[in-house]
Amino acid sequence: MITGVITASYIGASALFILALGGLSHQESARRGNLYGMLGMGLALVVTIFGIVTNNYFFLLPGMIAGGAIGWYLAKKVEMTQMPELVAILHSLVGLAAVFVGYANALGHSDLSGIEKTIHDIETYVGILIGAVTFTGSVAAYLKLSARISGKPLQLPGRHLFNASLGVAAVVFGVLFVEQSAAGGGLFWLVLMTVVALVFGVHMVIAIGGADMPVVVSMLNSYSGWAAAAMGFMLGNDLLIVVGALVGSSGAILSYIMCKAMNRRFVSVILGGFGGGSSKSAGAGPAGEAGNVNPIEAEGVAHLLESAREVMILPGYGMAVAQAQHTVFEISNKLREMGVNVRFGIHPVAGRMPGHMNVLLAEARVPYDIVYEMDEINKDFPNVDVSVVIGANDIVNPAAQEVPDSPIAGMPVLEPWNGKTTIVLKRGMATGYAGVDNPLFYKDNTRMLFGDAKESVDAVLKFLGR
Amino acid sequence: MRIGVPREIDDGEKRVALTPEVAIQLQELGFRLAIETGAGLQANFDDDQYREAGVEIIEDPRELWNSSDIVMKVRPPSQHPELGFYGVELLGKGQTLISFLYPAQNPEMLQELSNRGVTALAMDSVPRISRAQKMDALSSMANIAGYRAVVEASQHFGRFFTGQITAAGRIPPAKVLVIGAGVAGLAAIGAAKSMGAVVRAFDTRPEVKEQVESMDAEFLMLNFEGEGEEGSGQGGYAKTMSPEFIEAEMALFAEQAKDVDIIITTALIPGKPAPELITEGMVDSMKPGSVIVDLAAETGGNCKLTEADQVVVRHGVTLIGYTNLPSRLASQANQLYATNLRHLLSDLCPEKNGEIVVNMEDEVIRGATVVKEGEVTWPPPAPRLSAAPKTDMGDKARIEVEKAEPKPKHPLAFLAPVALAGLGLLGLGSVAPPEFMGHLTVFVLSCFVGYMVIWGVSHSLHTPLMSVTNAISSIIVIGALMQISSEQPLVLILAVLAVFITSINIVGGFAVTQRMLRMFRK
Repeated sequence: MITGVITASYIGASALFILALGGLSHQESARRGNLYGMLGMGLALVVTIFGIVTNNYFFLLPGMIAGGAIGWYLAKKVEMTQMPELVAILHSLVGLAAVFVGYANALGHSDLSGIEKTIHDIETYVGILIGAVTFTGSVAAYLKLSARISGKPLQLPGRHLFNASLGVAAVVFGVLFVEQSAAGGGLFWLVLMTVVALVFGVHMVIAIGGADMPVVVSMLNSYSGWAAAAMGFMLGNDLLIVVGALVGSSGAILSYIMCKAMNRRFVSVILGGFGGGSSKSAGAGPAGEAGNVNPIEAEGVAHLLESAREVMILPGYGMAVAQAQHTVFEISNKLREMGVNVRFGIHPVAGRMPGHMNVLLAEARVPYDIVYEMDEINKDFPNVDVSVVIGANDIVNPAAQEVPDSPIAGMPVLEPWNGKTTIVLKRGMATGYAGVDNPLFYKDNTRMLFGDAKESVDAVLKFLGR
Repeated sequence: MRIGVPREIDDGEKRVALTPEVAIQLQELGFRLAIETGAGLQANFDDDQYREAGVEIIEDPRELWNSSDIVMKVRPPSQHPELGFYGVELLGKGQTLISFLYPAQNPEMLQELSNRGVTALAMDSVPRISRAQKMDALSSMANIAGYRAVVEASQHFGRFFTGQITAAGRIPPAKVLVIGAGVAGLAAIGAAKSMGAVVRAFDTRPEVKEQVESMDAEFLMLNFEGEGEEGSGQGGYAKTMSPEFIEAEMALFAEQAKDVDIIITTALIPGKPAPELITEGMVDSMKPGSVIVDLAAETGGNCKLTEADQVVVRHGVTLIGYTNLPSRLASQANQLYATNLRHLLSDLCPEKNGEIVVNMEDEVIRGATVVKEGEVTWPPPAPRLSAAPKTDMGDKARIEVEKAEPKPKHPLAFLAPVALAGLGLLGLGSVAPPEFMGHLTVFVLSCFVGYMVIWGVSHSLHTPLMSVTNAISSIIVIGALMQISSEQPLVLILAVLAVFITSINIVGGFAVTQRMLRMFRK
């Protein structure tokens, strides 16, 4: 009877998790979705603790309480700009947990034999492998995102060969492990493989440039799911399989969306090397046009904004770095009071993880119904009087459409140059992540407001309504 | 070097080539400045303002012409009405003249400048390429002229521009036809539109259709059966059209003349008399009280009845032929013209040391220079880049980019991975235990469910999606719980550690998601 109850509860939990993800299809249902998720998790935990655990509650409960307290503290303390770091470090924990569970299972008593034993061993092996890669990969991503190590891609000589030999080693060790495990041993190979996987995780992520971090974060998200699914196979637990598959495909889809938004192939992102400024030959823009920009002062920007009917604000991560989003919101508020229609246009890779910019704007109290996606907004630019680009570069680069041999050619970009006037807030004339010059700055209807983003928007706000 | 700015002496000319603001900026480039006394009075700048800006005030214009290294003017030099001297005759070797010069219309002046060894830059010869826009005085003046044309029209038009329904009856909106949608035409469209009029526009260049429509005006299409003739000439001007085209065009104007209240014509062909677009018959067919503003009056007018610099009434229609509309908005015109000059000077003076270098390699300076140290350099060679072909290049590039994307695929190519996956599954199924296949079923179906559900997630919620998937992927805790009851100490330790870290994740992930979602508000 008890087995039936547990299975039924697991089915319920699976359904609740699916509802949780489904709820995220809209802002209004999202919070309810999150509640479903918590409910599902609570149900699964309660049933497991009371139905399966028979012993050692004394260790279990303090562990859960201590962990929960730390998690609660992290969630309350984190700045929204640090979300990618938090997500990365949480991914690493999932990976680490998978490794622990895998080892615990391998060390534990097993009464399987024959083909079942082989399959079980493979499942264990693969689960630990993915878990270990996720663990160190996420830690490396965390260090990169929090700027504790350089965001530049580290490209060891012969790194492809190195990766390939790690891969071959993982397969060979796997075969050896399965063979010896059948005889009751093989733990040595399992440990060796874990070391290889840990090295591989670090090496894979540090070879990827800063611009590709959104892809990396979503990819690790996907890995953590696959690790959970592999554990599910190992333990013969369908709930883990379902959740692992959900999370795994979610991360995979996010990686795909991010790659598409940057017009990059997933494989070439993983192989790394982009975004470090090593490839910057092409892209001086249309011939003979370079070097001529029209500067503007904050007061002029304020006048332009006041006299506009349609204003589009295009934020990039630079805005969040300068902590300018709150002032930007105040500007948008003031303009809306004056009857100007202000909207925000978001490029999928604006920010350092998928949807990051939306969260940053939400934190600055910008209502989500004036925040639009690139695809929704690009066709509206001809009616826009003033577009304001803040802390963004590559995502508004017309070279992606106009210069066929540009490194970013074909990448979908926001098209403010189709509007009447574009104002670009920028520290200097430096290039973006991709190291490509931006012809937008030299367009006739572009005005450059040089300076720190925060100081610039503060100055503009001051002049508004004068 | 010293820059001298004489007072404009032509009748009705209120502009001056220098404003106090620009004077300060020019001094930053290293120039010294002098201006004739009273030169700015008509544009509301008195001598004191110039003096405050560090400009020397000079009484005698002859001294100014004689002693300045650079003479800056608005209009081409002419005979001084009172003092009876001709500015050009006071210039000599080493001096530079910067002004509107109209070299095509003033060959004698060009010769005279050349004889005297002067260097002359004509503001009207600045090539009309993107880079030179900031010094394109023709555009900045045309913009003013277009705006002022509407103001002049409203002055002589006895009715509202905007339509209204009032207690005292309905006021229909005025209908304005703008012929030629260049800089002046577009400015006129904008001004008339913002006063509430119904605006129509015509131009022989089809590429301006979009610009006209972007200003909410109606672009009139020609009912013309001939070859797709386009009137785009070089440097943003229209060229002369074929007789058939003109016939169709005239029919359109004749029809429109009966309907509209105000016609603003801006059709100019450089170096040629203005084309006649509005015939006497059309004027006659217009409603009494209608107004025609002819911006081409200086070169003969787009309507024969217009008289240059005059306002005349013919057949009950007021024809405005002012040739110097920018001067009628002198303050604005000054500001823009002086800024155009400053941009030109800063290009001429790359070192910012107050010395000008007439670099004939520079396309813009080459185009503007009509006499270089006594040698006539007008007309310049054709510009390498004009506005229109450049956009063509952009289009071409875009098409190439688009073309490059789709790769031809065999229609059945998608079957290959499906077949491979099927074979792999069959192979697995033949050896694996049934229990494993059951789990695999769950796994594959869950992947598809995940795929369907995740595509429905709003892009703006991708970050919460990641944090919530993070939390639920900690379901791995179940795996740890299944082993925590073990008797083996090592297994117990690993399981407790796993429970500990997944708990961080579960609570942290759900809590941060909730925190983020709470921020999203309408």
